[in-house]
Parts: sequence; structure tokens; C-alpha cells
Amino acid sequence: MTGSTSKIGLLNEHTRHEIDSWVARFPEGRQRSAVLSALRFTQEQNQGFLTPDLMEAVAEYLKLPAIQVFEVASFYSMFETHPCGRHHVSVCTNISCMLNGSDEVVAYVEKKLGIKTGESTPDGRIFLKREEECLASCTGAPMMMVDHHFHEHLTPEKIDGVLDALK
Amino acid sequence: MSEDAVNITVDGVPMKARKGEMIIRVTDANDVYVPRFCYHEKLPVAANCRMCLVEVEKAPKPLPACATPVMEGMVIRTKSAKAIAAQRSVMEFLLINHPLDCPICDQGGECELQDLAIGYGRDISRYHERKRVVKDKNLGPLVSSDMTRCIHCTRCVRFGQDVAGIPELGTTGRGEHNEIGTYIEASVNHELSGNIIDLCPVGALNSKPFRYRARSWEMTQQPLVSPHDGLGTNLYGHVRRGRLMRVVPRRNDAINETWISDRDRFSYEGVYSADRLQAPMLRDGDSWKSVDWQTALEAVAQGLQQAPKGGTGFLASASSTVEELTLLSRLARGIGSGNIDHRLRQTDFPAAVTPSLGMAVADVDALQALLVVGANLRHEIPLLASRVRKAAVSGAKVSFLNPERFEYLFPVAQYWVASPAQQLAALQVLVAAARGAAAGSEGVTAEHLQVVDSLKSKERKAIWLGALAQRHPAFGALRGLAAELAALTGATLGILAEGANAAGAHLAGAVPDAGALNAGQMLTSSLHSYVLLGVEPQADSLSASAAAAMAGARFVVALTPYASDELKAVATVMLPIGSFAETSGTYVSLEGRWQSFGGAAQPVGESRPAWKVLRVLGNLLGLQGFAQSTSEEVLAEARAAADGAVPQAVPQGGGVAAIAADAAVTDVPLYQIDALVRRAPALQATRDGMQASQGVQGAA
Repeated sequence: MTGSTSKIGLLNEHTRHEIDSWVARFPEGRQRSAVLSALRFTQEQNQGFLTPDLMEAVAEYLKLPAIQVFEVASFYSMFETHPCGRHHVSVCTNISCMLNGSDEVVAYVEKKLGIKTGESTPDGRIFLKREEECLASCTGAPMMMVDHHFHEHLTPEKIDGVLDALK
Repeated sequence: MSEDAVNITVDGVPMKARKGEMIIRVTDANDVYVPRFCYHEKLPVAANCRMCLVEVEKAPKPLPACATPVMEGMVIRTKSAKAIAAQRSVMEFLLINHPLDCPICDQGGECELQDLAIGYGRDISRYHERKRVVKDKNLGPLVSSDMTRCIHCTRCVRFGQDVAGIPELGTTGRGEHNEIGTYIEASVNHELSGNIIDLCPVGALNSKPFRYRARSWEMTQQPLVSPHDGLGTNLYGHVRRGRLMRVVPRRNDAINETWISDRDRFSYEGVYSADRLQAPMLRDGDSWKSVDWQTALEAVAQGLQQAPKGGTGFLASASSTVEELTLLSRLARGIGSGNIDHRLRQTDFPAAVTPSLGMAVADVDALQALLVVGANLRHEIPLLASRVRKAAVSGAKVSFLNPERFEYLFPVAQYWVASPAQQLAALQVLVAAARGAAAGSEGVTAEHLQVVDSLKSKERKAIWLGALAQRHPAFGALRGLAAELAALTGATLGILAEGANAAGAHLAGAVPDAGALNAGQMLTSSLHSYVLLGVEPQADSLSASAAAAMAGARFVVALTPYASDELKAVATVMLPIGSFAETSGTYVSLEGRWQSFGGAAQPVGESRPAWKVLRVLGNLLGLQGFAQSTSEEVLAEARAAADGAVPQAVPQGGGVAAIAADAAVTDVPLYQIDALVRRAPALQATRDGMQASQGVQGAA
């Protein structure tokens, strides 16, 4: 529930600074346009997911009703509104990747991490997000996205290298 | 013909339309029906249900009529094979996830989806997969939700955004997971929130108090007028076998458009409150006994005859009808008493002037500058506040001079929080500024100049005095200053009195004669006897001595729908009268509109319409002017008297009364203003209702 106490303090200085710079890119009074960016930095600050308090903080900071922030956060797949690991890994299983063996990639990753798709590792390091639809990297199939970076032409060795490098 | 007009053809019929107008507006205006769910005349266009697809020549695909502007020479077919096929397909998609639980759905029988499914749906579903189920949301005590039925038209979301001004509902998730909901289970609290029940084209949002109570086809629809504020909101009462089952809006674009406030919608619950007075009752020592009407009325006549001339006080609710007030006023004067009043919460009584908005309600939308003095507008007249919001959103400069900060969901040009004493000072400064005082002199600041400048320079402008202004300890001085400011700036002065019929009360003579006692005086010193019409003196006034004044009287007659504890403690006789839904009558709204309505529901128990009770009482007392046989006759007499009256102007200036610096005015909570809303459980369970009752307990 929205309390009477301010939650703006939950946003750290860096996040606020980034939000300000995005708000400045839109005409005055159109700060709603900055919700997407604001949520991106807020999620980053919180190591990979948003909490109700943080969404309320963003709403308060942008002077918007909380529901409008929640609408955006729940709509876009890059925002997580439930606790999860800090690195988001999603394997594409759309047609090109599927033809190039994405099923094996998923199976390998799940086995390696010991979790199923949609789960996070117990140490909170990796979140294996849902199977991703086409990310427009068919030439590099099979591929996966790790924290918004593409890794293409996947092989078990390559996957090991990428996932082991995540702190 | 203006150059903005274009010629189009709809189903082979040539039509003229305004350039840029959406197709559906043109077809609606010309009685060509296009099916729709998400489109609503009073809401912005969303075009997300796709039910209104029509064929437009030269367009490769069917186009949504709600979001396609007309162009010169456009040829539209709303019933061609292509259009119908598109509409039928959309219908099939909409029904994929709809539960089709019509037999247990409250919307059944008045459901837009049901109606259109008959026209456009298939007999047998081709969909064999699993339907989705959506968890219901708890939206508070007024609106029930069955979210599985939702077709995502977003009317409720757009209502919050564009009419209420606060988006309490939103669409979360996407695709198959798209849902309507509030932010993490918050309730819906806006004072107009009940309108989403009407807007919802399916059974997803329904009235919680009305849930499972009746079917739409079992009820008859009777026109009513809101008994809670002076806007004159048009209502329909839905009545089953003589019982008022629910209240819905009656469209009137000049007043309430298609909306009503929650207070208008849910107060009907109070009509059947457990403490309704079922039969006339006479005090018998410390107990009460039920008697027949004849005995009770004779007791009243006898009691009143014993009172010395001028020893009887008459207090009436400002939501009594013109007919009731006319007869009450005649009765008072007939027995030689000019002590009659309806302004129970007022403390300062300058010369009585019939309250008036001074303009048409519909013109409020177009105001360019407005100064509101002493009004919690959203609570006093919710729908007027929503019209002010429309004006403010389109650029009007709206300023407030209020005893405390109230939340307004629109841009406010200036908001002064000022104690009653400071309000007088602020108005004086504004008057000085309007007379040309420069910043720095006579206390004038840049803010004062801005407000005065907006009032002077704009074309359509007004100054309103709300209910809080009328409870001001120096209302006369405040009103004089406001009138002066209005005259100097050319703004219209509006006095927004409390009650549904304050204007009618003035016209019917429910104000004291010169030299007679006003409500304030009647509530402070005990008279020999009192006649109360629909009044609970303590709860309906802010006078600390009301109960004591009543207790000190020898004889108190209460014409009341309710046998409240308060009345039981002080009354000698209680006569059961019908509530607003059980009597025929007339209200005069603040814009001077006379609106009559018939008795919609059967009176509870032995209660009778108050005008009939008063008429019999007049006859028993042997007074003149009580020979009417219908309420229409009483109305005709009242109307003739009102038409003959000379319209009074609000007196200007008059100087500033000295009032204590710490004098205060009391804001009466939204759901405490009259006996009916105080007895509506659903309204009391809302956030506003609960805060109010906590506040009352805290103060006690």
C-alpha cells in the first residue's frame, strides 16, 4: 500500500541522476516518457529485480500514479517484479535457433546451473529467464542473451566461458 | 455550408460530417448502429476492442469506426459482408476467454457483450482449448470484480485517467497475461468511482451492494433526482415490487452527463436502514408507543396550539422538496411563527439571498478563470468538481481560498490555506488589487495580482462561495467582499449552498421572517416547541447546543424517516415520512432548474409523503391553503409564488466583521452530510467513510 512516508530515498544518487537526465530529454510535463529508463536503472541498482517499494519510489520521483509505473514494469519482459538472480540469461528458442539446436543449449544450461527455466540459482547469481522469442540474431543461431548482451554460435565451451565469467 | 464539412456515404446514404470527426460519431448521430465495446462517447478513444470494424472503400482492410476520421468522399459500409465478417471474427476472439457464466452474472440481461453476442456471435464455440482464469481484485466496498469476464476494453482505466483525474486502475501484464487491476491490491477510492460499474460493458465490474439482489428485467425504472447536492443530478431508481433496489445515472448532458457520484449511487441503502420509523409514535414518559396516524396528528395539532405565538421553531432539511417546504412554511406562518430555517450548519445569517450558481452547469466546462472560496468541492458537489477539472485541464486558471488543503486532481493556479480571519483579509486584499492597488501596497502580492488579473482579463469567469464559506463565522462579510470582487472583475458570483434544494427552500419561504429566529438562534436557545422536517438536529448541524435546545423544549415534533437515538431522546411525537425515493416532489437546483419526480418506491411501513402529512396537519389546525389533493397543485402554487418574487442581488461590501483570529470552520465529511448517507453501509465502509467515522470518534 502507498504509505504517507516518502520512498524516494530508496533510489540511490546514481539512479536519480540517470532518471533526471532522461526526464530532461522530454518536454516538460512529459516525464511519464522516462518511466522505462527510470525502471531500467532502478532494476540495475537493485541487482536485477524491482520491488513494490522501488516502483512506488519511481512513481513518486516522476510524480506519477503508482499504477502507471506498475503497468510498464509488468508489460515489458526485461523487468522482473519478483526477486530473482542478478544476471539475466535467456536462450532463444525461436525457429532459427531451434533448427540450430537451441533445445540442447537450454538442456545444457539447465543442467549446468542445476535449475529449470524461470528459476534462479540459490546463490542469487544467475536467473534463467523464460525461453526468449526471436531476438533478431538468426545469423548467429543458436544464441542467448546475457544482461542485454548477445552471445552467438553457442557451443558448450562457449556457454561455460560466458556463464562462469558472471560474478 | 462551412468548409470544415465533408460529404461521406454510409451504407449508401449520403451524410454530412465535420472534417476529422470519427466515423462512429457520424453514424451514431445518424442512427446507424455500429457495434462497440471500448468506445464511449465521454471517454478518449482507445480502439482496442476492434468490435466497430467497418468497411471503407479503397482501404485494404476493415477499419475501426471509433478511430478512423472521416474524409471527403469516404464510402463506408457498416453492414457489408466484409464488415460483418470482421465484426463476427472479433466477437469470436472476445469470447475465447470469456467464461459465458451469464446465468450467475449480475450483468446478465443488461450486458453489452451478451447483446452483441446474440447479433454477432456463433452458436457453437470453435475454441476447445483451456480458457484463462483471472484472479479477482478487491476494489473496495463499492465495486465488485469478476476479472475473468473482462474483455480489456479499458473504459474503466480511461475513466480514471481522464474523468476522475486519478488512474486508480491500470492494465498490467501483456498478451495472454493482460489484466485490469489496481496497484498491488489498492482499493478504488475516488468519489466518482462507481461510474466504472456502468462503463464496464461486461460483468467484470459490478455494484457490490447490489450483487445478487435482483435481475435487471425484474425491476422498473423510475426517474429520480439526487437528494445530496444542489447540482440536480438526474437518477434512475430501479424498483422491484415497490422496493428501491439500486440507483443508476439518468443521462442529462446539461447536468450530470452520464455520471453520478458514489453518494448518489449507493445512498439508497440508507432508505432501508434498520432504524426506519415504521409507524407514528408518541412519547409515553421515557418509552415510546406506536399509535395510528389520526391520534398522532391530533396530538401534534394539540401540542402546537399550546405553544405561544412565535414560540415554535421550524427546522427543515435543505434536501426537503419544494412541496414539503411550501406547506411547512405555510404551516409556520399560519400558527403565527416566522421562525423557520433550513440552514442548519450556518452560523452567520446575513440577508437571505436565494443561492445560485449564477450560470448553467454545462458552461462550467468552458470557464477560463475561477476563484473558489471556502469549498471542499470534490466532497460538496463531486460532479461540479469534475466539470471544474475539465475546465482546468483545458487551461482555466482555478484558484482556491480554503481553510485547509484539499486534494484537487487538476492544475491549480493558486491555493491559499487561510483561517476564516485570514480569508476575510485575503479577500480584502484581492478587492484592493482589483481596484488597482499595486504589488507591495495594501498587502498585495504577485499572487493576488495574478488571480485578479486572470479574473479580469478572461472572458468566462466566476467566483464561488462553497459550503465552508457559508459556515464561516462572518459569512455576511465574506459574501459582501466576494460580491464586490465579482462586480469589480465582472465575474459571476456563485453561492453553492448545501442540500439538494437550498434554492427551492429559499423560494418556498423556508427562511425566517425579519425579526424572527434563524436556525442558529433556534439551535442555541430553547423555544416552547419545535417542528423538525427530515432533520436530526445534532447530526445535521454544527451547533454544540442543538441537543440541549431540543431537550429544553416542551414539545418536539419530528417528521422523519428514521427513529434515530437522537430524535428518540428529544422528540414528543415522531411521524414517519417517506425518503426522497418514496415521495413525489420537486428540487430546484443551484442553476435554478426545477426538476420534479414521482414517488418511485413504496413507503416503508406506515410512512407517508411529508407533504401529505403537512397538509393534513394544516387542516387539523384549521389553517388556510391546505386544500390540495396532489403534489402538483402544491408545486403550481409554489411555482407561481417563486415566479412572482423579485430576484435579489447579493449585497456588496458591508465591511469586515471582527472575528476571533482562531475561529474555525468545520468540514463535514462527504458521507456524513445527511441522514440518508449516514445510513448507507457501503459508503461508510469506503476510505472516506472510515476516516470520517474515526475522526468523529476521535473528536468525541
